[in-house]
Amino acid sequence: MDRRTREHHLAEVWERLGEVTDPELDEPVTELGFVERVDVDAAGVVEVDFRLPTYWCAANFAFLMVDDIRIAVEGADWVKGVKPKLQDHMYADEVNRGVGDALSFKDAFGKLASDGTLDDVRKKFRIKAFQRRQEMVLRALRRQGFDDASLVEMDLGTLEALSIEDEEGTRQKPRYLRILREFGCAPEPGAPAFVTPDGDRITAAAFQKHMEELRGVRINMEFNGAICRGLLSTRYKEAKLDGEEPTLVDFIHGNVPARARARSPADAE
Amino acid sequence: MYKTPDGEEIFIIDGHTHMWDGSPENQRNIHGKQFVECFYAYHTALSPPEELWTLEQFSKYGPQKMYNDLFVDGPDDMAILQSTYLKDFYKKGFNTIEQNAEVAKAYPDRFICNGSFDPRDGELALEYIHFMKETYDIQGVKLYTAEWKGDSRGWKLNDPNAYRCFELCEKLGIKNIHVHKGPTIIPLDKDAFDVHDVDHAATDFQGLNWIIEHCGLPRLDDFCWIAVQETNVYGGLAVAMPFIHGKPHYFAEVMSELLFWLGEDKLLFASDYAIWTPKWIVDKFMAYELPDEIKKERGVDLTMESKKKIMGLNAAKLYGIDIDAKKKKLENETIAVAAE
Repeated sequence: MDRRTREHHLAEVWERLGEVTDPELDEPVTELGFVERVDVDAAGVVEVDFRLPTYWCAANFAFLMVDDIRIAVEGADWVKGVKPKLQDHMYADEVNRGVGDALSFKDAFGKLASDGTLDDVRKKFRIKAFQRRQEMVLRALRRQGFDDASLVEMDLGTLEALSIEDEEGTRQKPRYLRILREFGCAPEPGAPAFVTPDGDRITAAAFQKHMEELRGVRINMEFNGAICRGLLSTRYKEAKLDGEEPTLVDFIHGNVPARARARSPADAE
Repeated sequence: MYKTPDGEEIFIIDGHTHMWDGSPENQRNIHGKQFVECFYAYHTALSPPEELWTLEQFSKYGPQKMYNDLFVDGPDDMAILQSTYLKDFYKKGFNTIEQNAEVAKAYPDRFICNGSFDPRDGELALEYIHFMKETYDIQGVKLYTAEWKGDSRGWKLNDPNAYRCFELCEKLGIKNIHVHKGPTIIPLDKDAFDVHDVDHAATDFQGLNWIIEHCGLPRLDDFCWIAVQETNVYGGLAVAMPFIHGKPHYFAEVMSELLFWLGEDKLLFASDYAIWTPKWIVDKFMAYELPDEIKKERGVDLTMESKKKIMGLNAAKLYGIDIDAKKKKLENETIAVAAE
């Protein structure tokens, strides 16, 4: 494999990994910093090193993400094999062996796993992702001056054509449209843009209550998101020395090279 | 004691603190190392940079530092010590009632020392509750429903064994049941910190107070829904509080939900010491105001009255503390400590 092909393959793997989300946070694992390293060998076998914010992160979510990585990468036609590797986790061996041998979560964990399949968990969290994306789009539109009545009435074609002004809304609109299609809730442009995860229309009378429910979902997800990002950055704190002064955390974690240590007036005091 | 800018004294009870030993000498295995490092990651993730400790300091700090951080440098007047045993991870346990009792004994007017039990121990759990009452005269316990034990991956508050323990607690006057329902540590495929069992236990034991630590986060909506139906369910603000620094708008959203559903009479301040120290949290909280748009959206406010209740009055009610009498005692103690 020449260098250009290899680089092309690597780029494709990263792009595919960008479609894998943390089910609890609904953010791409690549943006969360969970993917530590990707490599492709001459035979077309892909290695993906994967890490999580804590040693204790839920084994079912870890298993889901590692399995999703395998599926996403296998989607490229040149891929001959995928070796996703979860690191520094209390169940790293079980997860890596389970995903490697294409076992179910139940088979990989044996009696540690109680009843209920991972698909139930996956479905539950896809609904939350649907709700969160929808709320972010709705809030952006409200800020833009749309009133509740016009949001209830809005059809899919109108939403698709609309330009959203703020950054978060711009990012979430295509993600919301994708998950609408995934849920089978977007049959034609005249269909309502905002429906329940079951595809039911939201009435004007129920809209306020609907928004409250979505808000609750978002508050919980943001809590997880803030905690996970914070914990990951502490756990794998990497020296930030490009113009930024190292902080106490860098010193505590021994991530500051001797050169910078000598230069910096602050010490681990 | 916290003093407002116009000189008013606010009595502060820190509802959730620990005296732990997570040092390498006490770690039994890799889990012990990873556990205290996970706590430390919470500390570094949400503390302001100038409040950071080293991991070594964080792993074992001792009674004197704790006293200083809470009552000398910090504004606390009293603190509730909660117990977390984790004997599978730590040789002498992580944060047992014995460790807590040591600091409580040194400063008896400052601390309320709570115990803990595991209903899966059956008869032994009942005996242990008697032991804790007789030895430490406990008024409360802290329970971890997600703790692993042998093949068990957790328990529910409405398990029959748990009900036998609660009946005994009620009989002995151990009225305050703090339950950890918060960020999940060591869950597998079932959610042992799910909050729905609170609903059953709180309904069936009206004589007990159920303080749900961490307000069920990240299951705040479920928790609020249960709490609004039960008059004896309270929200402990440990872990929610430090968001006031890094994500104040998010903190406002959480507080507004809690004020809307539970109200200011049902919330208890906690620093979760030593994960966070109380000084900066209390300073920021006392100066904090909810943004107008959130006040309007939820129709709630965080007034000085609400703050006083959350900071101490609510916990004083649950633990039967006469604040005026306590203040006098503490003044004497402060003089005695200063004279040493």
